[in-house]
Amino acid sequence: MRRAEFITAIILGLLSVYLMWKAGEGPEWDTEYVHWANTGINIDGSGPGKGFWPFYLALGMLVSCIWIIINTIRRTSPPSQSDEPFMDGYAKKMLLLVGGGLIGFLILIDLISMYAAIAVFIFYYMQILGRHPLSLSVATCLVVPFWLYLFFDIVMTKVQPKGTRWIEDTFYNPVGTFFRDQSLLVIVLCFAVSGAILAVIARSARH
Amino acid sequence: MEIVSALMDGLWIAVQPHNLALAVIGVIVGLFVGALPGLGSVNGVAILLPFTFVINEATSDPAAPMIFLAAIYYGAMYGGAISSITLGIPGASTAVATTFDGRPMALQGNADRALVTAAVASFIGGTVATLFFTGFAPILSSVALDFGNPEIFALMLLAFATFIGLGGDDIPKTMFSIFFGLLLATVGFDTISGEPRLIFMNEREQTAVLETFGAGTEAVPFFDSVSWFSRGIQFLVLAIGVYGIGEMIWTINASRYKVTMTETTISFRRIMAGIVGMKDAWKGTMIGSLLGFFVGILPAAGATPGSLMSYGVSKMTSRNPKSYGEGNPDGVAAPEAANNSASTGAMLPMMTLGIPGSPTTAVLLAGMVIWGLEPGPRLFEDRPEFVWPLIGSFYISNIVAVLVNLAFIPLFLAVLRMPFTILAPVIFVLSIIGTYAAYDNMYDVWLMVLFGFGAYMLRILDYPLAPAVLAVVLGTTAEEKMRQSLLLSDGNFAIFWNPFFDRDGKGQEWWIAPVTTWIAVILIVLPIIIWAVRKIRGGSPAEA
Repeated sequence: MRRAEFITAIILGLLSVYLMWKAGEGPEWDTEYVHWANTGINIDGSGPGKGFWPFYLALGMLVSCIWIIINTIRRTSPPSQSDEPFMDGYAKKMLLLVGGGLIGFLILIDLISMYAAIAVFIFYYMQILGRHPLSLSVATCLVVPFWLYLFFDIVMTKVQPKGTRWIEDTFYNPVGTFFRDQSLLVIVLCFAVSGAILAVIARSARH
Repeated sequence: MEIVSALMDGLWIAVQPHNLALAVIGVIVGLFVGALPGLGSVNGVAILLPFTFVINEATSDPAAPMIFLAAIYYGAMYGGAISSITLGIPGASTAVATTFDGRPMALQGNADRALVTAAVASFIGGTVATLFFTGFAPILSSVALDFGNPEIFALMLLAFATFIGLGGDDIPKTMFSIFFGLLLATVGFDTISGEPRLIFMNEREQTAVLETFGAGTEAVPFFDSVSWFSRGIQFLVLAIGVYGIGEMIWTINASRYKVTMTETTISFRRIMAGIVGMKDAWKGTMIGSLLGFFVGILPAAGATPGSLMSYGVSKMTSRNPKSYGEGNPDGVAAPEAANNSASTGAMLPMMTLGIPGSPTTAVLLAGMVIWGLEPGPRLFEDRPEFVWPLIGSFYISNIVAVLVNLAFIPLFLAVLRMPFTILAPVIFVLSIIGTYAAYDNMYDVWLMVLFGFGAYMLRILDYPLAPAVLAVVLGTTAEEKMRQSLLLSDGNFAIFWNPFFDRDGKGQEWWIAPVTTWIAVILIVLPIIIWAVRKIRGGSPAEA
């Protein structure tokens, strides 16, 4: 843990230095600008420049990082006194599985649409990490995106990504036309019926 | 009389069917979120904030989205006790103190009594605080109308100093968190000069990078930092990243999907017996109700210190302090009354001064800004149609929360039995779809997940993240007020700390900024003084 705290503080300190440098940059179009000129407190009587506040904030970050490093070296912070690893085997495996799943989910959104990606992610999570019965995983990964689709795309018209053109034309456009023609009561019934099916499957899976 | 009349109007609007329905739904959602181990009001409010855009559009009522979120806030305060008592794992940091006596009561077979005590104490705490809020808020907002830029900046400084001086976290890490949050708020365009700032790669550099990688001059989305960062870093992206993704991963790792629940039997007769048994917990309830409110109104203090302090004071003033920690009902009532009372108290500086009293109110404040409201002293003058229905909803939500809580305790216990491997992916999905719904682009979704991973790493190393969230919310205003103050003083910082500074009659309430600044300075220096005193007395630096 101590080494991780030390390395993190070094990385964050370097980030602070970079941000201090960036704060001193001028506009791209001003070729006569001198670096740091906008970090002054009273530029031409018009108060602090645009870089003043970010520069000193980044400086504050740097000072904090130096303080953290000193505490780590002197072993006065709880992580620097701890013998536990930064991440044990379980934490690494979990981060890989959950984090990898999330990254995969985000990549899939642009390819197969938001709702299909949600279905894949929930199925993956419940099967790989949860080891739930297949029936429950399948039911959940179908019902949850269906609810979200009805809520966002149909009821609230907050349209989510639909993947490739082919997927949108072949699947979402006809389905969307169908549901938009229905009354709110039908939509609520769809919510309720799908929820009831999920509850029944969950109950039988538990037994 | 004017306040009573305004409150009655507000109550009438709050009980309109759509607002009442939102309050009920919000309370139920809040109870669920609060009951889930590791998740609290801030997680619920942050994850569900994007959904309020929809409520705003659907109802056209300015108060409706806030009524929904405030109800979640209330519900979560009630819900936190359920997991603290039955699982021994606090639903959120605000319910940590409830575990001290709630868990022993459950292990002694009195879980039902502990749950009823927590619910009734929460109701009393929330109601007392709402009465205080109704009385104090108009007065404070009328006083705050005279505040100028230096006063508001000094109050923000005080909010950050409270985190450093009273937060109890590692000081340099808290400072880093505050500076980092404030810096994130500066990304995008400078509001005063209109020039781009901290967009990381300007077009020239971006083209050079793309050419280096042989990608041609056509910017591919991943490298398009100009269009990514010139939009600024949206508060919601950070909040959902930290509380929806980071905290969830952290909770999964900490709980390792394994919790043991104490079996609890609840019936109407046992609930009534629990209510009668409140006579043993009235003292803790009153201490929590009063102390919680006043700790809650301190900028950036919030419900967690309020509940811990109330527990401490209740124990300290008890005739039998040794019974605390072994299942004393006062030990459940004090923190529960306090966290509800403090959650209302924390709304006072948010609504009257525009300075949140807790991380959850920071998210609420950001929500108000997103809906086109300007929190601060003028809110009571300019938007009474928003303020009074909201205050009315506090009373309604409190009643709804205690009824729903007592009536559906078995249901919440059933939810707690739901495997985390079902809840976790659903929360991840809500975070991602909610972020996309709010901003309509994948850049913010990627950034949100990135913040989530970063928050998880920093959390392991004890970096407090609430100060960063608060700082992002206050960052833009803090910079604006500071720069305008320095413009007024020709770049002289004495305007903030010197009561004799000549403002040429441009400012009012000259004493407020210096007094507030000096209190902030004392709060910042306080831990160093304590450390030095302990060192002189012979304690080790680590103890200090």
